[in-house]
Amino acid sequence: MSAKSQGFPWNLLVGFILSIALTLLAVFVAIYTDFSNHVILWVLGVLAIFQAIIQLFMFMHVTEGKEGIINVINMVNSIILALIIVFGSIWVLTSGHASLH
Amino acid sequence: MTSHTTPLEYQSKQTQMNILGFWIFLGAEIVLFSTLFASYFVLEHNTASGPAGQDIFILKDVLIQTFILLTSSFTSGLAIHSMRNQDKRGLLIWMIVTLLLGAGFLYMEINEFIHYVHEGATIQTSGFTAALFTLLGTHGAHVTFGIIWISLLLVQLVRRGITVQTSSKLFIASLYWHFLDVVWIFIFTFVYLKGMVM
Repeated sequence: MSAKSQGFPWNLLVGFILSIALTLLAVFVAIYTDFSNHVILWVLGVLAIFQAIIQLFMFMHVTEGKEGIINVINMVNSIILALIIVFGSIWVLTSGHASLH
Repeated sequence: MTSHTTPLEYQSKQTQMNILGFWIFLGAEIVLFSTLFASYFVLEHNTASGPAGQDIFILKDVLIQTFILLTSSFTSGLAIHSMRNQDKRGLLIWMIVTLLLGAGFLYMEINEFIHYVHEGATIQTSGFTAALFTLLGTHGAHVTFGIIWISLLLVQLVRRGITVQTSSKLFIASLYWHFLDVVWIFIFTFVYLKGMVM
């Protein structure tokens, strides 16, 4: 992908169509399939992560510029922190709290 | 990446650093929203005999909001594409379309909040509604700020044209706008879809 965009922005159009398709797929899996809640949640999670990756790479050009690698490291660091905060909170306040009784 | 293919917004040391700094800010925003998501996931089952997610969420409206925001992310991408082709008119038009879509999203979100209050779900009803309104409200406040910010940048663009400074500001604003779309994808998935299924 060249830094200077010229001609028709195919990567944007493909990213847009993919994000719409992934949204509809998520709705379909959530509402119209008979998988267990556990499986549905995992599928939805994977679809959401795909959409975030599309935004980061096709729309935000995260790797572009001289500091591209710093951007990626910064994003990975933030995502790890986010996962620790979310799953850590759920873990402490469900299993941790329950074992007090 | 050779210098002659470098976009305008990266052509001064200062604007390069501004863009890098904004990415670091977005990292902090990810952590901010993760704390709100964590609160929501911990509190979502504490409905205190008030309404739960599946009682108040309306899939059709939420889907429309999602498509509006996804489209606005696409149009802000087209705006930056125009900017890099030195097309000031295209940049202006696509950014205005983005702002109108953002305003449409806000209109739907405000109606959604009014609907929730009518259903008996205010921010004080339960742990679930408090966490829900805080998460959605923080995202909506970001969208509101983005609309004001980009509107002001467009005034600068009309007056000064596409320069190293204005292009870097608009590029940074487009990063912000895409980021709000990313946050919304997770709200749509883990608040609305999860709430309606489970």
